[in-house]
Amino acid sequence: MMKSLSHGSLPSLCEERAKWDNKIQYLLTCIGFAVGLGNVWRFPYLCQTYGGGAFLIPYLIALVFEGLPLLYLELAIGQKLRKGSIGVWNTISPYLGGVGVASMIVSFLVSLFYNTLLAWVLWYFFHSFEEPLPWKECPFESVTGTDINCEDSTPVNYFWYRKTLNITANIETNGPLQWQIILCLATAWAIVYICFIRGIETIGKAVYITATFPYLVLTIFLIRALTLPGATSGLMYLFTPEVSPTLKNPKVWLDAATQIFFSLSLAFGGLIAFSSYNPPKNNCEMDALLVGCINSATSLYASIPIFSILGFKAHSDSNNCQYRNILALTNEFDIGDQNITLENYDNWLKDLNGTYADRVARLDLKDCNIESFLEQSASGTGLAFIVFTEAVIEMPGSQVWAVLFFIMLFSLGLSSMFGNLEGVLTPLLDLNMVPKWMPKELFTGLLCVVSFTVALIFTMGSGNYWLEIFNSYVGSVPLLVIAFFEIIAVAYIYGIRRFSCDIEEMTGSKPNIFWQACWTVVSPLMLLVVFVAYVVIQAMEHPTYPAWNPEYVDFPMTEDQPYPDWVFAICVLLSTLPCIPIPIVALYKFIQFTVQKSRREHPGQNPYENDGYLSDL
Amino acid sequence: MFPRLHFAVCFTAVLGPTLVHTLCPDTADGYKVRLSIKTALGDDAYKWDESEMFLFRATLAFAMRKYNQKPYEVSDVLVCNETQRVSFWFVVTDPENTSELISGKDVERAVRISRNRINNAFLLTDETLEFLNIPPTLAVPAESGTPPWLIVFGVVIGVVGVGIIALLISSFIQKRRKKGVTEGEEEDCEEEACDKGNGVSHPVEEGADGVNRGFVGDIPFTKL
Repeated sequence: MMKSLSHGSLPSLCEERAKWDNKIQYLLTCIGFAVGLGNVWRFPYLCQTYGGGAFLIPYLIALVFEGLPLLYLELAIGQKLRKGSIGVWNTISPYLGGVGVASMIVSFLVSLFYNTLLAWVLWYFFHSFEEPLPWKECPFESVTGTDINCEDSTPVNYFWYRKTLNITANIETNGPLQWQIILCLATAWAIVYICFIRGIETIGKAVYITATFPYLVLTIFLIRALTLPGATSGLMYLFTPEVSPTLKNPKVWLDAATQIFFSLSLAFGGLIAFSSYNPPKNNCEMDALLVGCINSATSLYASIPIFSILGFKAHSDSNNCQYRNILALTNEFDIGDQNITLENYDNWLKDLNGTYADRVARLDLKDCNIESFLEQSASGTGLAFIVFTEAVIEMPGSQVWAVLFFIMLFSLGLSSMFGNLEGVLTPLLDLNMVPKWMPKELFTGLLCVVSFTVALIFTMGSGNYWLEIFNSYVGSVPLLVIAFFEIIAVAYIYGIRRFSCDIEEMTGSKPNIFWQACWTVVSPLMLLVVFVAYVVIQAMEHPTYPAWNPEYVDFPMTEDQPYPDWVFAICVLLSTLPCIPIPIVALYKFIQFTVQKSRREHPGQNPYENDGYLSDL
Repeated sequence: MFPRLHFAVCFTAVLGPTLVHTLCPDTADGYKVRLSIKTALGDDAYKWDESEMFLFRATLAFAMRKYNQKPYEVSDVLVCNETQRVSFWFVVTDPENTSELISGKDVERAVRISRNRINNAFLLTDETLEFLNIPPTLAVPAESGTPPWLIVFGVVIGVVGVGIIALLISSFIQKRRKKGVTEGEEEDCEEEACDKGNGVSHPVEEGADGVNRGFVGDIPFTKL
């Protein structure tokens, strides 16, 4: 019986399931998947917005009660059932196959825009070798001098919005495809392909570098950043906790829960795929704890250099502001050059205000309080491409720091891309959707080419606006829905008892009461609450987006425009499309079941009758 | 007109005080100059005195000569309203007719042409030696053949391309080799318990109690 089983069902004789070369590869891959761009550019922003150290309380609670149980669950179920996301949920119950399809769709959509982020990082990386850095000064366009958009705004903003994105004034204007970004996108996909070409075989080797290099760079930045002037003010501002206002604000808890969730890359199917290549006897509890804790520790570790550098930037902005004031006073009153300094500025101002108040008032001197500069925080692309690039100009040896920073961002994103694509590839392989004659290299290549082509949307003039839509609507609600169904499936349909026995078989001991309580009650409840709260908050206001419109009255500021109706419809579609397979597949299987059942109950049907011979009779 | 803070130092020209008063500062044809020596040179800053002013007038006369080849002299550059800043106004008179001023436009063009020479005479830059209302002459940027970023891009994509081709070729060779070997291994394979159901890559282990764990997980799943 063994023989016939192996003979008939193997795609090629004796083809084994791929496996990791060693445990380190597996752990590094999971850590690399979890640790991504969000750890560097979203967590520090949240920390700062919600009163520093106090944010850690809801964050850690969310980690312990929501993040770690889900992580453990995904790693365990993948390791036990040894299939990708579709196979796993199909095995637990055929009605739940839709959950796997949903994971696959989400992984695909996320990998589209995520790699576009990496394309932008590459663009900045290529430009970091120029002397001087192109975002330092307004570029000399033609005989007329510099572009007026650059003069009104800052060179850094100009370089990002005009030179990189060539962004249109609003989302409805598509604008042409930007060839320079297309080149960078092609490079990004080529690099992803070369690492991904043979699935985990090549990913496993690539992660030795992509998962460890960011830590090296973060450490270098930490040392450099702490020695910059103004670093301590940035750090103090970040970590000074404001406990009571923070914990009373429900939005904080919501943001903490969603941050943990997306940071650990749960519900993508990638983690299930990775652990499915493990040997059956592997301590997945330890793995889950390791990955989860390292992910959070990395977020904290990354926020230190980030905030030191932001503090340095605020400090130098504040100084520049004061120098401008000093120059204005010096020129207006023809005071000797350098007679007014930062130290005696206040005395001079008081004197001059006493005697020539109206002339001083006409000068429009700005308030150069360092706090107001510290408050100008940013997250996401704003942090990396605007705030940080501006800080880097002021640091001695700018090119080196820029190059290091962008390589770090690239390798952080690359290791996350592996997980995203693995969440698409492994289910397809398990479903045997790959034709037998097609080698794996060709299939992964095809996947990359298709993704590159679809991602060309983001290289249009309005690409950034679309990317934000994908980021907010695909990478949020569908993941919560999928995770909810995952946990219900394992805890109630598969059965917590059976799951515990499986874990005992794999790790040697049953999961303790904490895990069981989380899986059955706490985590599903938390997910439900987070999901409902999220949807309610989103539905409460018509969403707007910041548009960079040179025609805008307050120009250097971005204009808050509402999404037009057709765009909003697309947003809703993006949120619901990945979730639709869940009911559809369940319905389909149910129909199949009832049809087969009725056929079986048809009277006179001989159970031994083999319809294969009907035509012969 | 100017407040007490400024000490208006009117530099008397050779031509007599009356002419200076009427001609300088003629705001239509005159320009205000502002120097920030300490900002530019820090500790190496020199003191602004009469000799420096003489150099300025001479440099400006040089710039005017370069512009329209008339025989300008130092005496044709009139300076007034010098302040502590250091700032002052100047006008330029026509060497052929000393009561006539050279128009502001001509002065501006002359300064723009020789701006670099004027700056260097004082070890200053466009920002630290300001001619108010005369825009700085931007240097034409060096025309580079290929933008540098394309070079880096080319290197990266070249390396990646070579890598991809190498990997594809090596896997093609590997497959060829495996095909030759597997034909001989067919017999052995059927005896090995390669079972795709669980995708186990090693022979199914028997547990301590002798139960074949390969099928334990499957049985509950067979019912739809």
